[in-house]
Amino acid sequence: MTGDWIDIGAVVEIPLRGARTVPVAGGEEIALFRTGDDRVFALVNRCPHKHGPLSQGIIHGHAVACPLHNWRISLETGEALGEDKGCVPTVPVRVDAGRILIARLALLATAIAA
Amino acid sequence: MDFQGRTTVDETDEGPSGAAREHLVVIGNGMAGCRAIEELLARDAGRFRVTIFGAEPHVNYNRIMLSPVLAGEKTFEQIVINDAAWYADNAIDLIAGDPVIAVDRAAKTVTARSGRSVAYDRLLIATGSDPFIIPVPGKDLPGVISFRDMNDVDAMLAAADKGGDAVVIGGGLLGLEAAHGLTLRGMKVTVLHLMPTLMERQLDEAAGWLLKTELERRGQTVLTGADTAEIVGETCVEGVRLKDGRLIPASLVVMAVGIRPSTGLAREAGLAVGRGIQVDDHMVTSDPAVLAVGECVEHDGQVYGLVAPLWDMCRALADGLVGQPTGYRGSVTSTKLKVSGIDVFSAGDFSGGDGAEDIVLRDASRGVYKRVIVKGDRIVGAVLYGDTADGGWYFDLLKKQEDIADLRDLLIFGQAFASGGGASAPKAAVAALSDDAEICGCNGVSKGQVVASIAGGACSLDAVRATCKASASCGSCTGLVENLLALTLGDDVKAGPKTLCKCTSFTHSDVRREIVEQGLRSIPEVMQALHWSTPDGCSSCRPALNYYLLCALPGDYVDDQQSRFVNERMHANIQKDGTYSVVPRMWGGLTNPRELRAIADVVEKFNAPMVKVTGGQRLDIFGIKKEDLPAVWADLNAAGMVSGHAYGKSLRTVKTCVGSEWCRFGTQDSTGLGVQIERMTWGSWMPHKFKIAVSGCPRNCAEATIKDFGVVCVDSGFELHVGGNGGIKVRATDFLCKVTTEQQAMDYCAAFTQLYREDAWYLERTAPWIERVGLDYIKARIVDDEVGREALTSRFLFSQSFSQDDPWAARAAGAEREQHAHLGEFRPIEILAAE
Repeated sequence: MTGDWIDIGAVVEIPLRGARTVPVAGGEEIALFRTGDDRVFALVNRCPHKHGPLSQGIIHGHAVACPLHNWRISLETGEALGEDKGCVPTVPVRVDAGRILIARLALLATAIAA
Repeated sequence: MDFQGRTTVDETDEGPSGAAREHLVVIGNGMAGCRAIEELLARDAGRFRVTIFGAEPHVNYNRIMLSPVLAGEKTFEQIVINDAAWYADNAIDLIAGDPVIAVDRAAKTVTARSGRSVAYDRLLIATGSDPFIIPVPGKDLPGVISFRDMNDVDAMLAAADKGGDAVVIGGGLLGLEAAHGLTLRGMKVTVLHLMPTLMERQLDEAAGWLLKTELERRGQTVLTGADTAEIVGETCVEGVRLKDGRLIPASLVVMAVGIRPSTGLAREAGLAVGRGIQVDDHMVTSDPAVLAVGECVEHDGQVYGLVAPLWDMCRALADGLVGQPTGYRGSVTSTKLKVSGIDVFSAGDFSGGDGAEDIVLRDASRGVYKRVIVKGDRIVGAVLYGDTADGGWYFDLLKKQEDIADLRDLLIFGQAFASGGGASAPKAAVAALSDDAEICGCNGVSKGQVVASIAGGACSLDAVRATCKASASCGSCTGLVENLLALTLGDDVKAGPKTLCKCTSFTHSDVRREIVEQGLRSIPEVMQALHWSTPDGCSSCRPALNYYLLCALPGDYVDDQQSRFVNERMHANIQKDGTYSVVPRMWGGLTNPRELRAIADVVEKFNAPMVKVTGGQRLDIFGIKKEDLPAVWADLNAAGMVSGHAYGKSLRTVKTCVGSEWCRFGTQDSTGLGVQIERMTWGSWMPHKFKIAVSGCPRNCAEATIKDFGVVCVDSGFELHVGGNGGIKVRATDFLCKVTTEQQAMDYCAAFTQLYREDAWYLERTAPWIERVGLDYIKARIVDDEVGREALTSRFLFSQSFSQDDPWAARAAGAEREQHAHLGEFRPIEILAAE
């Protein structure tokens, strides 16, 4: 753990176009996505529609299709794409030397929000 | 296809009008020679008796598609322009594999290498061009070849089979395409280019650099400023030595430094020859009886090495031959690089010069570079790298010399922007093209020809492809053709089959066919070859492509987990609360105490809140957490149960009744047959879920007539039914046929299943599939065609030999453990404490 950013694992632990989850005790589960162009994004693991686990969806470009009803959610903004309306909180994330770091405050926030 | 040694048509056997017809002899069976004849036939088919001499032992093929052949994206058959039937149908005498070696203009005869002599009334020389071989020591060693015809491609393929190192001398269009093909064929390729940047005749430095970077990223070595001193080797080529002393090992050297007009024959015949055979605006040489067309000619001081001018020349030539001369006025050319995934476009003059201004756009993250060169409010050149969608538009503005003063500010952003953007932009884009703008580069089809074909009744993409060939080759112009259809017909466009998804202009059927024909082997390869418009597809196309590849390449294709819907990735059904339900297989609906006990134990151990008997005679255990799935599977496996694939686009259940064993009406052992069929079909991936049932008598207790494949046992055998659906839209089955033995019932079942697997669109169940293709088609393939049926059956069984392993067992044993584990966990208290 380094200051305001918390190390949660190596980028390579997430397959390309795959996702992994990070549960937060007393808070919302966070989904980490690794896209085809090797960017890492983090969202609360809950579709704004019917709360489907976004981490289980198919990732394409910088979007994920929710496994329950195929809503497409932007990984960059958390907004539903296309005709659908809704938004899921994004979590600040960065990659440093192959490690994934999540903003400490964001982790606290998901716990407090719950 | 070898036409060597074929004798010429007996001149006395000509038909009544034959004697009066002039004899047109063509030297050159290539793109120009045959195109000229095509144009001529279109104007006046009866005017000439035609003989074509070809040096190569082939029918007429598309030379610009040699690169895709080398790259393995096409076969020779796919690049044939006119097959043997075309020559026969048009009474053209083809003498292939026998090059003409002399022309006697006084006697009006040509003589071929075999000694054959043929008299002409008019002669058309279309000898094309020869590869330029740099005169260095070692240039004649075995293993040094050019890249010009099918022979060269065959030689390269043979060399690539042995692997090893290849050197391509020349970093122009042809050299880079050769290098690309050899790289794909597994050779380690070094490109030697004399100039400081690649394709310097077509690209400026910036684009050349981007291109070099991309090629190096793909594993090629690119040496610019590389001057070849000699080719070394004892009995065959071993390497290339540069003037700076470097030695690059190679077992194959491809010389692709340029071409020059093939003029030897014309020169010896005493025709006026400059850089090429000199012709006037009607392609007539210094001898009025001799015409010339294509890369071998010089018109108005220009020689051309590209295909587009050739179409223009052939039109002028044919007009002249039928007595309605129009005249050729020279061509402005554009080029594209045929290397999959690298989009390069260049047109006109980009070298700048007095009064020329550059408008440049660079988008580093997308790898896009665009440069438009403007002189006095007219476009004089354009170089596009990475995004060439607007190439045609710039080229059209350039050719027509349109005033772009009003567009100037938006010009570089492309047509959609410059013409106001919005959803209608693509159509506006094609509307703005002139009639002679080229739509399909592969087949040389202009907008005017496409529109004419539509006006002539072609009201769907397929019809356009069939009538004028536009978009029938590589398919990259499909979007343009569709826009032309929409533009010309408005709402009357026959909404052809829907495209697979928004990422492509190809339909499901197109994609399936291209995968097989082009031998595509992975999802990225399909997306690249078929010009996908998105970087990695979407949630619709990726599962479909994954399935199509799996079906086309059983045992070979590596499944892509990230392209599978969550159910298939987790081997369980996701439910509304994010938990999963698990359905073990119960063969033919049978179970026993051990299995029932194992299921009961799992339900208790994992606190599953519900167990449900399904419609397919199995037990569904609900409410299992993702992380518990491997343990659940392990327990079920321990009792001998395997995955029921209730989550997959695959064979689900084989429902049965008790049949003759217990039932007083049962005519056959329907339960036993159901078990056998399930043992044969389980584990197979399908376009959609697939259900089977076997009923023991016409009372049909297993409801076989609403299943994808149903068997109804009768006294005299087995009635086979197909295409039933009990889902949203209930559909009773169609009767396929009746068979007499269990083995036949099994074989027909396998054949039908495989036909569905190979034929249907992804997510299309058998009911809509059969309604689409027609029951007659199914019967023709399964019932009437015995050989075809047996082939389908054996393809199904072959595929099954790879797919019948239990995915649960692998997961329970620890495969892809991370799918079920969290990346990390957090307790906010610790986070606070760390502060």
